Amino acid sequence: MPAEGIFSLIWVIIALPFAGAAILLLLGRRTNAWGPYLGIVTVAGSAALAILMAVAMFGRAAESRTVGQDLYTWVLVDRFQVHMAFQLDQLSITFVLLITVVGTLIHVYSLGYMAHDENRRKFFGYLNLFVGAMLLLVLANNYLLLYVGWEGVGLASYLLIGFWQHKPSAAAAAKKAFVINRVGDVGLSLAIMLIFVTVGSVSFHDVFGTVDKANQGTLTAIGLLLLLAACGKSAQFPLQAWLLDAMEGPTPVSALIHAATMVTAGVYLIARSNVIFDHAPTAALVVVIVGCITMLMGAVIGSAKDDIKKSLAGSTMSQIGYMILAVGLGPVGYVFGIFHLLTHGVFKAGLFLGAGSVMHGMHDNVNMRRYGALRAFMVITFVTFVACTLSIMGIPPFSGFWSKDSIIHAAFEQNAFVGALTILAAGITGFYMTRMVIMTFFSKARWEDDVHPHESPKVMTIPLIILGIGALAQGFLMLYWGDIVSWLEPVVGYQEKEVPIPEVLILSLSIGVVLVGAAIAILMYQRRPVPVEAPHGSWLTRAAREELYGNTVNDVLVVEPSLHLTAATTWFDTKAIDGIVGSLASFTGALSGRMRRYQSGFARSYALSMVGGAIIVVLALILVRLS
Amino acid sequence: MNPANYIVLSAILFSIGAIGVLVRRNAIIVFMSVELMLNAANLAFVAFARMNGSLDGQVVAFFVMVVAASEVVVGLALIVTVFRTRRSASVDEPNLLKY
Repeated sequence: MPAEGIFSLIWVIIALPFAGAAILLLLGRRTNAWGPYLGIVTVAGSAALAILMAVAMFGRAAESRTVGQDLYTWVLVDRFQVHMAFQLDQLSITFVLLITVVGTLIHVYSLGYMAHDENRRKFFGYLNLFVGAMLLLVLANNYLLLYVGWEGVGLASYLLIGFWQHKPSAAAAAKKAFVINRVGDVGLSLAIMLIFVTVGSVSFHDVFGTVDKANQGTLTAIGLLLLLAACGKSAQFPLQAWLLDAMEGPTPVSALIHAATMVTAGVYLIARSNVIFDHAPTAALVVVIVGCITMLMGAVIGSAKDDIKKSLAGSTMSQIGYMILAVGLGPVGYVFGIFHLLTHGVFKAGLFLGAGSVMHGMHDNVNMRRYGALRAFMVITFVTFVACTLSIMGIPPFSGFWSKDSIIHAAFEQNAFVGALTILAAGITGFYMTRMVIMTFFSKARWEDDVHPHESPKVMTIPLIILGIGALAQGFLMLYWGDIVSWLEPVVGYQEKEVPIPEVLILSLSIGVVLVGAAIAILMYQRRPVPVEAPHGSWLTRAAREELYGNTVNDVLVVEPSLHLTAATTWFDTKAIDGIVGSLASFTGALSGRMRRYQSGFARSYALSMVGGAIIVVLALILVRLS
Repeated sequence: MNPANYIVLSAILFSIGAIGVLVRRNAIIVFMSVELMLNAANLAFVAFARMNGSLDGQVVAFFVMVVAASEVVVGLALIVTVFRTRRSASVDEPNLLKY
């Protein structure tokens, strides 16, 4: 349907954060005083518009909920036509709501968290840039415009990870994230080209309408390339190595970009392209495998890290693994992948902001071995953190329970083995989250000497409270009151399958395994003292601390060969090419050094050589004539 | 009289002029030798014009005279200036412009 009424303002949702970013970044220091507030107002304005549109859409009949807005023709080259056009449907509005509402809360939180940073204005400018690009990504009605947003969030992520670029580790982490993301982005650009060659258009409507005519191999190739893109952006195996280093950025960035929104763009991409994956079962199977591997890898890494943010980053990888797995399951899973994405966006943002609040009170120390017994000192942080923890562990009635249980159920519908893996990962989740809570808020205090823990200011705790309430109620409300399944069904499709195992058994099994994981954590960390120095640990612990050797694999397979290639090229350049050119130059130089000696400055010797030359010419002429 | 004799005379005059340029140091003498070479060339032109029965050579001789006159203006001015600064008219002494 064309955009009317409130829906004619779709472009404003995107334009507001971009305008904020432009003002903050172009006007520079002049906006230092009021810039951060402008940053919050623009995102809050987008959030208000998004809520109004969601309400308006909720009031419409299911078949007339998709709204399109065509601003102008962007690219027009022969058959290749791309419009600057937006598509607002049930899927994109849920994303827009998540991005703008969680984005607003994190903007407000940043006001307190970044209060003492002299570059606070620039930080808000980058955050606005990110929100604008992310909205462009989810509102685009064609793959090329989506790609613009995709690159935009990558840029914002790079700028924000390296926000404290005076730290070499932050600068390196930003570069690493950018480079690894490039690998995925190549996948997306190839996928778009292949889609255009196959279908003759890049708009979602045309592609999904005609894709069933394409042959199986092409569709599988498109699916795998899209998966590569999703792996890069969503830190999935084998492109997962950047996410843990990305924790070098300020904590609100980790919450907004590297937990709630940007890293879930891969899930959005796959859910949006559901028609392609439905027609390419091989690609969908690979999606499930990648999701399973990452789900377990992330959980294991999260269990061993002592850095609270890196542990949460491992958890993010694992949870996105759940979502990727869910959307790979096909129509039984798309809805629940998105559902988990939404609940995860809220409770993981809450966990990261909670971690930021703890760091705020602990001199920016991230080592959990130096925390302990903080529950009495930061009550609000403690309560909200625990609410979010129960949510991610999947304890009823917290929101994570509803979404994660739906995924586990969908996995059992498709394949019992995958279902068992999801339950295993849920158990590990129970372990590492309980470990995190115990090491931070319970057990004995292991603080460094001059640390005086204190609760954060209101501007930071109020977003925490809102997210905590979200972690408690969102899942139930969305599933039963909002009816997420029938809401998303027109866009991503849904079908239910019979499960051979009774539902009660799955439910009790998953909760039971989570509780076992939590009990092990309590035995290991509450009953026994936590050493300040990390113990040697088993081989699994050591491997998990090394991020399961993901970086080593990258080093051996990519970095080392590239370095050798670079060294060889440099050698060839300096020795062979520079050698030839250099010796030619020095030969000419030496020759001219000799030759210039003939410029003696005596006019008469020049005259003599002229006469000599003339005589030679005359003699030559005479000889030629005579012969 | 055989016009070839004029050519021979021209060659002798040219050689004298050339040797004068090469062996004498005084700029005035060198300059006069150059004039001698130019006039030897003029003589050759006129002799050839006579031998071929055309006026081309004579016209060229006029051009050479004009060139020689202009050369005298510039050349003498240079010699006088050099003499004023260095108190010498030797062509070997101003040898700074070299490698």
